[in-house]
Amino acid sequence: MEKAESYKKRIKLHTPPSALLKDSALAFLFGGAICLIGELLATLYIYLGISEKDAYTLVSVTLIFISALMTGLGIFDNIARHAGAGTLVPVTGFANSVVSPAIDNRSEGLILGVGAKIFTVAGPVILYAVLSGTVFGIIYYITKLFI
Amino acid sequence: MIDILRLLSAFVVGGLISVTAQVLIDLTRLTPARILVLFVCAGVFIGAIGLYDIIFEFAGAGISVPLIGFGATVADGVREAVDKEGLLGILKGPFTAAAAGCSASLVFGYLICLLFKGKPKKS
Amino acid sequence: MQKITYLENPIYFESFSAVGGYEEGRGPLGENFDFIDEKDLFGMKTWERAEAEMSRIALNTALKKVNLSPDDLNIIVAGDLQNQCVASSGGLFTFGVPFLGLYGACSTCTEGLLVLTAMLTSSKNYTRGASVTSSHNCAAERQFRTPIEYGGQRTPSAQWTATASGAFILSKEKHEAKITAFMPGKAIDGYTKDATNMGAAMALAAFDSIASFFQENNPDEYDLIITGDLGRIGSDILRELLREKIKGFGEKLASLHRDCGLLLYDKNIQDVHSGASGCGCSASVLASHVLPRVVSGEIKRVLFLSTGALMSASSVFQGDHILGIAPAIRIEHGTS
Repeated sequence: MEKAESYKKRIKLHTPPSALLKDSALAFLFGGAICLIGELLATLYIYLGISEKDAYTLVSVTLIFISALMTGLGIFDNIARHAGAGTLVPVTGFANSVVSPAIDNRSEGLILGVGAKIFTVAGPVILYAVLSGTVFGIIYYITKLFI
Repeated sequence: MIDILRLLSAFVVGGLISVTAQVLIDLTRLTPARILVLFVCAGVFIGAIGLYDIIFEFAGAGISVPLIGFGATVADGVREAVDKEGLLGILKGPFTAAAAGCSASLVFGYLICLLFKGKPKKS
Repeated sequence: MQKITYLENPIYFESFSAVGGYEEGRGPLGENFDFIDEKDLFGMKTWERAEAEMSRIALNTALKKVNLSPDDLNIIVAGDLQNQCVASSGGLFTFGVPFLGLYGACSTCTEGLLVLTAMLTSSKNYTRGASVTSSHNCAAERQFRTPIEYGGQRTPSAQWTATASGAFILSKEKHEAKITAFMPGKAIDGYTKDATNMGAAMALAAFDSIASFFQENNPDEYDLIITGDLGRIGSDILRELLREKIKGFGEKLASLHRDCGLLLYDKNIQDVHSGASGCGCSASVLASHVLPRVVSGEIKRVLFLSTGALMSASSVFQGDHILGIAPAIRIEHGTS
C-alpha cells in the first residue's frame, strides 16, 4: 500500500501550479484600473468643491455602490474570476463580500438569512481592522503620555 | 486640472498592491479571506507609522482604494479620536473611521438583495 | 477483509434517466440527458428546492419510460450533497414509497445501487426498487464554499459540482443490463486537507478498490473501469498508481480507466478546471452514457466505482484529512 509521504509527493507532482504570470498581469491591470477610476472620481469630486478627505471617502462609497450593483446583476463574479486579486484587494472586493452573502441568504429570510449572514465573508476583515486599530490606539495613547 | 502623473501613479501603485496579493494567493495557497485580513492589518500598520500619508501624497486612490487604505483610515481615525478624547478614543476611533465604508456596504448590500435574485454560476 | 459478492441471480436495470442543468446540457453528453433545465431552477425558487425537484423529475422520468407507477416500487434509496440529505427526502417523499436516505458524498450513486441490489437479492419482499442521486452546483457552492455571487478565483485543481440527477429502477425481471457483483469500499486517508483538490484525495481509495477487485478478477474480461469524479488530477494519480503498484497487468487496468468527471463537460469550451464532481456527476454519466452502451451491447462488462470525498465544511477548517471512498459494482450486458 502507498505510504503517506510518497502519496503527498505524488499529489504535489500532479497538481498544476496556478498561472502566476497571467494571474499577476491580470491582477495588475484590473487593480490598477480600479484605482485609476478612483483617482478620476476623486479629481471630479474635488473639482465639485468637496474637501480632499471627503472626496476620497466618497470615492470608496461610489466604488462600493458600483460593485454592489454588479454583484446583483451577476457580473462581478465573472470579472473577478479573471481579475483575481485585482478586484479582491480594492474596496470592490470588500463590497462584493458583503453583498454576495446578502443575495445568497435572502432565501432564508431577512433576519436570520440576510441579517445573520451578511458579514460571514467580510466579518474577519472588520474584526481585525478594529482589533489592530485598537492595539495601535493603546500604543499611541501610552506614547503620548511620555512625549 | 487632471494630474496625469498622479493618475499614472494611482494605476501603478494600485496595480502593484494587487499583484502582491495575487502572488501570495498563488504561491502560498492562503485563502482570499486571510489575504484580506493581512492587508487590512498591514494598512493599519503603515497608517500608524505614517508611511500611508507619504504614499497617498503622490498615488492618491492608488493606496486609498485597496483595503490597505481602509486599514490606514482606521489608524487615522484612532489617532484623531485619541488626540481629541484621550483613553475613550481608543475604542471610538476604529469604528468612526470605518463607518462610511461599512455602512455603505451594508446599506447597498441590503438594497441589492431585495432587488436582485442570485444567478447560477456559468463555467 | 475486503469481500466481493458475486450474484447467482443478477439484478437488472429496468429503467434509468438523467436530468441536468445548463452546463450539463451544453456538455458532450447533453443530448443523451432526458431533461435539461437551462435555468438550473427546475421551476423552483431556491437552489435547494431545485435539487429536490430535479431528483423528483429524474425518478418520474425513469418510471414513465417503462410505464410504471410509484406503487410498483417497494423501496427508494437516495442521497445527495445537502445537509441531512434533504434534497432526496424533500423531492421523493411525494411518491409515497418507503425511503432510505444515504450519504456517501459523491460515491452515493454506486452506494445506492449496491444497497438496493443487496436488498433485492436478500428478501422476497423486494422485487423492484429505485436508486436516485443528485447534486446541485449552487446548493453545494453555498453550503461548502462561498456565496454564489462571491467573486473568487478557482485554483486549477478545483472541480465543478454537477447540477445533475440520475435515477435507476432495479428489478429481478430480466433486462439488457444487469448488476452481477458488488463490493463496498473502505474509507481511506487521502493525505490532504485541501478541499480544492478532491480528486487527489479520492484517487488512493479508487486505487485500493480497483486493486482489491482485480486480485480475483481478470482485467482482460473487462471493457472499462469507470470512476466517479477523480477529475484530471485524480485520474492521473490513479493511473500512475495502477502502473507502478500492480505487477503484470497495471498498464492494462490504467488503459481501461475512464472518469465520469472528465466525460461530463468539454474542457475546451467549459472552464471547469480539473473536471466535474458531485454525486450527480457519476449518476448522470452512468444513466446517459454508460448504461445505454451496456444495453446495446457495445460494452459487455464494466466495473463502475463512484468516488466520494468524505469531509464537511467544519472538518476541513479543523484541519482534518479528507477521506476517500470508492464502492464498486460490476455491470454486464445480457439477460441471462
